[in-house]
Amino acid sequence: MPTYSNTDTAAYKNVWVFCEQREGKLMPTDFELISEGRKLADELGVKLCGLLLGHNVEGIAKELGGYGADEIIIADDPLLEVYTTDGYTKVICETVEELKPEVLLFGATNIGRDLGPRCAARLHTGLCADCTHLDVDMPLYMDFLKENSTLPENRLDLIAKHTVKVLGEDHDTTRDLKMTRPAFGGHLMASIICPRFRPAMATVRPGVLAKAPFDQAKADAVAINKVKANITAADIHEDVKEVVKAAKKLVDLVGADYIVSVGRGISKDVDTGIKIAQEMADVLGGVVGGSRVAVDSGWLSPDHQVGQTGKTVHPKVYVALGISGSIQHKAGMSDSEFIIAVNKNPNAPIFEVADYGITGDLFKVAPLLTEAIKAEKAAK
Amino acid sequence: MKILVCVKQVPDTSGVVAVNPDGTLDRASMETIINPDDLNAVEAALQIKDETGCKVVVVTMGPPPAEGMLRELEAMGADEAYLISDRVFGGSDTYATSQIIAAALHKIGIEDDDVVMCGRQAIDGDTAQVGPQIAEKLNLPQITYVGDIHKEGNKITCKRMLEDGYMTIEVQTPCLLTCIKELNEPRYMSVGRIMDAYSMPLTVLDNEALKDEPLIDPTTIGLKGSPTNILTSFTPPQKGAGTMLEGNGAETCQKLAGIMADKHII
Ligand SMILES: Cc1cc2nc3c(=O)[nH]c(=O)nc-3n(C[C@H](O)[C@H](O)[C@H](O)COP(=O)(O)OP(=O)(O)OC[C@H]3O[C@@H](n4cnc5c(N)ncnc54)[C@H](O)[C@@H]3O)c2cc1C
Repeated sequence: MPTYSNTDTAAYKNVWVFCEQREGKLMPTDFELISEGRKLADELGVKLCGLLLGHNVEGIAKELGGYGADEIIIADDPLLEVYTTDGYTKVICETVEELKPEVLLFGATNIGRDLGPRCAARLHTGLCADCTHLDVDMPLYMDFLKENSTLPENRLDLIAKHTVKVLGEDHDTTRDLKMTRPAFGGHLMASIICPRFRPAMATVRPGVLAKAPFDQAKADAVAINKVKANITAADIHEDVKEVVKAAKKLVDLVGADYIVSVGRGISKDVDTGIKIAQEMADVLGGVVGGSRVAVDSGWLSPDHQVGQTGKTVHPKVYVALGISGSIQHKAGMSDSEFIIAVNKNPNAPIFEVADYGITGDLFKVAPLLTEAIKAEKAAK
Repeated sequence: MKILVCVKQVPDTSGVVAVNPDGTLDRASMETIINPDDLNAVEAALQIKDETGCKVVVVTMGPPPAEGMLRELEAMGADEAYLISDRVFGGSDTYATSQIIAAALHKIGIEDDDVVMCGRQAIDGDTAQVGPQIAEKLNLPQITYVGDIHKEGNKITCKRMLEDGYMTIEVQTPCLLTCIKELNEPRYMSVGRIMDAYSMPLTVLDNEALKDEPLIDPTTIGLKGSPTNILTSFTPPQKGAGTMLEGNGAETCQKLAGIMADKHII
């Protein structure tokens, strides 16, 4: 029977965030993860460390301190300049085995979701994919459940007792990372723990966790810890021929304050439908998004898709034009602050999440609404 | 040369999804489908078969009824099928699942010029973890989010799609690829093959068949072998329905814009 060295959970300490860089630039989700990691590290009473791999990346490390990191661990090597699964997995796993963090977070970007599972399999530990909420502290987690679940009191009371059965034995969940994520297309939510092994690992959905305000003094104070990257070309079995940036500037849905999305409802005149959505977005100072139908039909490029398999957004205002409101679409937008839906079907499920709904033809209603918003703005 | 494609039968989450009062999924009441991304992986394999005449082997882990799905894939063009199925495999998380599938692939045999393909992710769990974890367990190079494949002898060149572009990556076989829906348009079952599919090779691999595989061990499979545990599952509360405005003319729109201004959101 194999034995695992990472079952001594008490030997593991500190929260780590893998800070992904592409072409020497940090990814926006790194700052969200560092901000969240700060909260978790405080709940555990430990240090928060960023883990940065690359070549000549020391210059970008300090900024991470400004969002709450105590220390940035840097593995610098020419072989790490461009991401490879083999190179990054080896260096991360060896660093984890040596320094023993108890929590390790990745952004759920395509690269994070390539790397995270490979590392978890090598480290023999649990990984929870694409999380949307994280807690350690039990009272905070219970507050979250009370607000975001339909669990009855008696079940909540059981969870609050800090003890669960794991393989027939009592396990104390006090220091466990509670990783919450949607499953089954958003119909269910699940909170996952990794009770027996360390580190507990999660990939976290970009755009859902709030970024803390930047603090220059903290950025200046951050400690830099350079570790040796034990890597040779022979360790890497992938040959990266080129890295190509999309020629077209991608729409920044996740960072947008105002999103006007279109769905199949524009099908009878797609060009006009997109034009009136764009006009409303321009007046609001936002961007156009779409349902999967709008993307799959080729009306908008994939970076515009909101929902389960697209982006999760929480703008100040989300306007849904001709979108029915499938559970998968709602999974990506129902946390928007203010939702307006225009749909000709008064029973469309989108109205269940809308703050205000208008039953009508979007080709008529949307231009009128754009005019009205323009007038209100001018009056201010 | 052969291509081993890992596929999963999943509940159709776009249809009616029934949730039990205790927050678990009422699977019995749901339709099952072939996981959509996995169909793209099968199609990619069949396209290489069309070009090179290689063998396509489909592999699934699941309960016995998953055999029906394997027959459909044979009707699409797969040559052989394996069903990994045993009670002791139940309750596996992604770690344990990939351990078992990797053991089965090892048992089937991975030659120097073979390729393993998976879908990007399954729509029930949406984890995208099993592909890379199989690759790790078999010590294969991996390319995930594959949007384009070229094969030249033992050299595979793929585009890995990223949020802001793509990377072109070359690996040597044997290797593992995870496929996205943009890769291709899956073909339909061939009418001619539908009848024949039921007489095509299908092997069940249970724990007895796999128990001597080095990756199979009571501590690495099923619930016991799963590093993660579900603390709780629950349904999110419905947000209280908002206000339906009356009418849909200019006045209604002005009223709404007024509300937005009052709330200082415009
Ligand atoms: C695994 C999986 C993942 C998915 N992920 C996503 C995802 O990330 N994002 C996503 O959006 N979907 C996703 N979907 C698809 C989702 O199930 C729906 O099919 C999709 O969201 C429907 O898009 P729609 O609302 O534009 O189209 P429809 O459902 O066809 O709705 C069109 C709506 O427009 C209205 N309409 C038509 N004409 C007009 C008009 N002139 N004026 C006003 N209203 C009009 C109709 O009443 C209707 O309500 C996913 C599905 C699956 C199975």
